[in-house]
Amino acid sequence: MSTKTTKTKRKIDGNSFLLLITIALFFIMYIAGMIIFREQGFGKVQNFLNLFISNAGLIVIAAGMTVVMITGGIDISVGSVVALTCMLLAWMMENKGIGAIPATLLVLVMGVVFGLVQGFLVAYLNIQPFIVTLAGMFFARGMTAIISTDMISISNETFLSWAKYKIYLPFGGYVNRKGVMIYPYIYPSVVIALVVLVLVFVMLRYTKFGRSIYAVGGNEQSALMMGLNVRRTKLKAYVLSSTLCGLGGFLFCLNTCAGFVEQAKGLEMDAIASAVIGGTLLTGGVGNVFGSLFGVLIKGTIEAFITFQGTLSSWWTRITIAAMLCFFIVLQSIFAAAKSKNKK
Amino acid sequence: MKKKVLSVALSAAMVASLGAVTTVQAEDDLIVVGYAQVGAESDWRTANTESFKSTFTEENGYKLIFDDAQQKQENQIKAIRSFIQQDVDYIVVAPVVETGWETVLEEAAEAGIPVILSDRMMQVTDDSLYECWVGGNFVKEGEDAGTWLAGYLEEQGRGEEDINLVTIQGTIGASAQVGRTEGFGNILAQHENWNMLDMQSGEFTQAKGQEVMESFLKSYDDIDVVVCENDNEAFGAIDAIKAAGKTCGPEGDIIVISFDAVSAAFDAMIAGDLNAAFECNPLHGPRVAEIIQKLEAGEEVEKIQYVDEAYFDTSMDLEAIKAERLY
Repeated sequence: MSTKTTKTKRKIDGNSFLLLITIALFFIMYIAGMIIFREQGFGKVQNFLNLFISNAGLIVIAAGMTVVMITGGIDISVGSVVALTCMLLAWMMENKGIGAIPATLLVLVMGVVFGLVQGFLVAYLNIQPFIVTLAGMFFARGMTAIISTDMISISNETFLSWAKYKIYLPFGGYVNRKGVMIYPYIYPSVVIALVVLVLVFVMLRYTKFGRSIYAVGGNEQSALMMGLNVRRTKLKAYVLSSTLCGLGGFLFCLNTCAGFVEQAKGLEMDAIASAVIGGTLLTGGVGNVFGSLFGVLIKGTIEAFITFQGTLSSWWTRITIAAMLCFFIVLQSIFAAAKSKNKK
Repeated sequence: MKKKVLSVALSAAMVASLGAVTTVQAEDDLIVVGYAQVGAESDWRTANTESFKSTFTEENGYKLIFDDAQQKQENQIKAIRSFIQQDVDYIVVAPVVETGWETVLEEAAEAGIPVILSDRMMQVTDDSLYECWVGGNFVKEGEDAGTWLAGYLEEQGRGEEDINLVTIQGTIGASAQVGRTEGFGNILAQHENWNMLDMQSGEFTQAKGQEVMESFLKSYDDIDVVVCENDNEAFGAIDAIKAAGKTCGPEGDIIVISFDAVSAAFDAMIAGDLNAAFECNPLHGPRVAEIIQKLEAGEEVEKIQYVDEAYFDTSMDLEAIKAERLY
């Protein structure tokens, strides 16, 4: 028993060190941005809040992705599920006359069902998560196109009032060049995203389910021998991921107010990259949703750099993220190597 | 551990200070324009980007902040938000899609920054959210193509013959796709002997255009005309036709029509693969600059501003025309 506790402790140490690097990197990058682009207003409060506004959906989705990755799995269906969610929302409200609240609830249920199917295939039929969620990805994208290949714009008043509802902050205002006083604001989607993030964090750290997730990802065999229900834990993880994906899709839709088959292409890769940069191990057992949040924020900061710079190709975002992924994966494997050395 | 963090911090700070030295500071008297471009998916788009970059130069009194959205609306929304933060004077957007812009345009309106649309239209309930739109008349382009085809078939003595057509559409929902499909459809409806066999999206790319044409050629063995809603799709379609052992162009079995008329389309016409190309003028930069100057002077501008457009076919002196064109 005593050996186990020391092992867990060391794991958390390595984990929190990776997290620390990620957080430090974010702040260094952001402060560098404030210095380089100080003339253009990079340091404005609103610019920081925009990171959350534009990425609210991704923050929630990356949290779900982190949970699945901690179990040692992966969920590449999320981008397509977001597209399907947006399309279903738009289609139900515009073509079927369903109200905004029931439509939102229905897409959340859709997320749960999607997760149940994927989770069942992964956990109970022992199919590779990559293959299952690849099928899920094609299925969701295909269904989106079946519902409509045209773009559906949302004009439902309740929905638009949610989308446009600004929460102004009482400080940090500035007068722009046109002489307009502007106070920083956020949208409700940011609040939802942060609340979800805290809930998932608490769940992972303080509940039995949360600890089972780490145990299953750390070593499935010993988790089984400890008497944990490995299959059910995995199933729940995929249900959670798809549900959060449904919710993330709803937040995404609040930002774009439309359903379209091409939406959110490649979002799954952004979510995975954010989780890895945030210190989640692809082999499972290690990860933290706050790390993933900073992964998302780092991606947002790089994007902000590119737009502020104004002449670079926006593909530099992906290239920079690729370099960072390499950096973090190498770092992770150094940690893993150090750990196995210690064991001997 | 601390040492490592420190060294990471130090090196990052060094990189940052290097960047700070090389960054050119914006001068106050320049008009700052943020352009949220769709991407770089076609030659047309590249010509459009170049037109903006060569018009909005510091010599002309502008500072251009350019953003490539990689065909993603969410990226464009982010770019517009960033422009607002950078306190630009004007925002120009070539929207990826037509809908879903209300929220971010309201943010721009709140900051008092005028928005000008280029190329593609936006559907918003309140059209005062943008100053004006600059672009091609896509419906007219489609109609011109139909009228040209009718004349061409007449000339060939096939005016009364049954003609089988297929269309490789653009990205579904884009103004160019909607307008060209509609315009060509108007002329199609006037000809009972024209039979539109199928329409599928080639997403404005060469690879997808080729794929769609391959599937058309497998499904239908008697195609007379292919309408491609941009040049790149036409290049793909030409490859597919040749691979299937058929011929196209003025001397071939299949008539190929395309839109945009970029310089590679001229090469295809000169090579005898493409019959006609309907211009979609990508040089929006000067027109937008003109509008900005009017707005600066406090003048009213027309809500819809078409750019001038022509068409080209193999009966013309294409070498001479191509030499004069900028794209």
